[in-house]
Amino acid sequence: MYRCAIYDEPLLNELECCIPQEKKKPVAELPTTLQRTTPLHIPNLEEIQVVRHFLRLSQMNYGIDTGMYPLGSCTMKYNPKICEDISRWESFAAVHPNQDESTVQGSLQIMYELEQMLCEITGMNTFTLQPAAGAQGEFTGLLLTRAYHHFNGQNHRTDVILPDTAHGTNPASATMAGYTVTEIPSTQEGTVDLSVLEKTLSEKTACFMLTNPNTLGIFESDICEIQKLVHNAGSLLYYDGANMNAIMGKARPGDMGFDIVHINLHKTFSTPHGGGGPGAGPVGVTKKLERFLPVPRVIHSKNNYALDYNYMDSIGKIKGFYGNFSVLLKAYIYILMMGQDGLTEASEIAVLNANYMKKKLVDSKKYDLPYKEHRTHEFVLSCERLHQEKGIRALDVAKRLLDYGLHPPTIYFPMIVKEALMIEPTESESKTSLDNYIDALLKIADEDVQTVLNAPTNTKVRRLDEALAVKNPTFTWKMKQNTFTTEEKQTCCESAGRHH
Amino acid sequence: MTSEIKKDLRYTKTHEWLKVKGKNAVVGITDHAQKALTDIVFVELPAIGKTVKKGEELCVVESVKSVSEIYAPVSGKVVSVNKELEDSPETINTSPYDDGWLVELEMNTSAEVTSLMDSEAYKKIAD
Repeated sequence: MYRCAIYDEPLLNELECCIPQEKKKPVAELPTTLQRTTPLHIPNLEEIQVVRHFLRLSQMNYGIDTGMYPLGSCTMKYNPKICEDISRWESFAAVHPNQDESTVQGSLQIMYELEQMLCEITGMNTFTLQPAAGAQGEFTGLLLTRAYHHFNGQNHRTDVILPDTAHGTNPASATMAGYTVTEIPSTQEGTVDLSVLEKTLSEKTACFMLTNPNTLGIFESDICEIQKLVHNAGSLLYYDGANMNAIMGKARPGDMGFDIVHINLHKTFSTPHGGGGPGAGPVGVTKKLERFLPVPRVIHSKNNYALDYNYMDSIGKIKGFYGNFSVLLKAYIYILMMGQDGLTEASEIAVLNANYMKKKLVDSKKYDLPYKEHRTHEFVLSCERLHQEKGIRALDVAKRLLDYGLHPPTIYFPMIVKEALMIEPTESESKTSLDNYIDALLKIADEDVQTVLNAPTNTKVRRLDEALAVKNPTFTWKMKQNTFTTEEKQTCCESAGRHH
Repeated sequence: MTSEIKKDLRYTKTHEWLKVKGKNAVVGITDHAQKALTDIVFVELPAIGKTVKKGEELCVVESVKSVSEIYAPVSGKVVSVNKELEDSPETINTSPYDDGWLVELEMNTSAEVTSLMDSEAYKKIAD
């Protein structure tokens, strides 16, 4: 059985100082009222203390380098070390965004070429690399939507429509951009209901946001009809690229008729995420939306690359400087390494892995698969049977997986599946590792109820009080102050580790 | 997992309950709803005096799992809200039908009440 490394590791500023501290008088003549009377409480440690401290913390951590991490809709694939290595080269790491353009031609070339690659992969006309994450990409896309309708004298378009399978960020981004959101129910098959969509679209609709394949892992095969309905109503069609890992080299949002696309480099293109970033959510558009893209844009003429601010109708800047350059760089290296064949194969294996797991788990009759049979890169199981028969919920299964040394899948999403386990193994996992995960899920379904309800027991922290974590969101060292009991501290620690 | 369903209340498909008190009616969420939401951590209550139509959003309940809109089972005006929930929203989990009530409405018409489900009808959808 798995055992998590457990240390009672103090905070850095609680570690005992081994280096004698000299009391120095301030060099400047400061009035006594401005001089400190107590010593400054900052760590003053030997190198080995610091190394051990951080190594221990890392050993108590879990990541894709430790084990399988099938967090649905997050595409937690392996992050090749060569991308990390190259991004640390001085020629990249030491570049400053305020340098003169003539001295950063290489960096600009990489940005320009990455835009071209993303255009090719998605079938869009032009890209901006500025947005720092998927949700910021969505927000950018909706600002572009607003600018487009305003430009065309269509300011009465105030509504955004999305299906009930949409990522939670979609309604949030639309609301942030000032739109009114309407959610439409899916069909029995788990896809967009064309008749409901047709009825909901009106002269007030600004945009229809869609993820394809959707969050159930089902490809919206009515996409041609959807795009016709949406465009006939004068609305734009937005592509949430969170699930792009299912279709690389197979289908392109641009060919499906989408007007605006965001993709997550930290998902599909393997840059690290999970610790809160940084990410990158480039946005691609069709020709008719190009003039509204954020500035500056990277332009290329003869042998020269430049940053161009001269776009009258641009929505302006979205992010400081030019986006998260090191993330862009890692994605660029990944795409070059994989090539067209490699990216296509990655999607093929991602879909194969998900369907292999789905088949084995559904055949066991311990978990159910609501909606259509055929899935792409991820699938959503229901634990409702376990819940009814044994009182074990999706949350309990997730907690018990920790005892097996496995990262749980996404749970309770999408909301239209009861007791949902949303599993996305990605192409990174071997058959052995998939089988290991399947075995753990099957064993948990047969385990003694109390064992599952008490889980996790093999980890540094046990079952946490999630309600308290939401009510007292203190994520800094202050959580260690005496206002909390030990149990409460642990709760806050876990909340701080959440990400999406 | 069976949920408690009270005989003397009226119910909606979206799992709100309604208790008629003369011209007024008290609204809350059912035991089934609180179980499905799990630990409730935040409640956004409406302003007193706000008028709502049947089926419109009345308040918002946030749990560790999700954020859910609570819809008005009937049309009316908000005359009272359960302020206690602002400090202890978990009361909805421990007492969904009594201490965990949400809002009291002055109904426009009592005619809308008959369109709501009785406990027998609600039992069928809250399995």
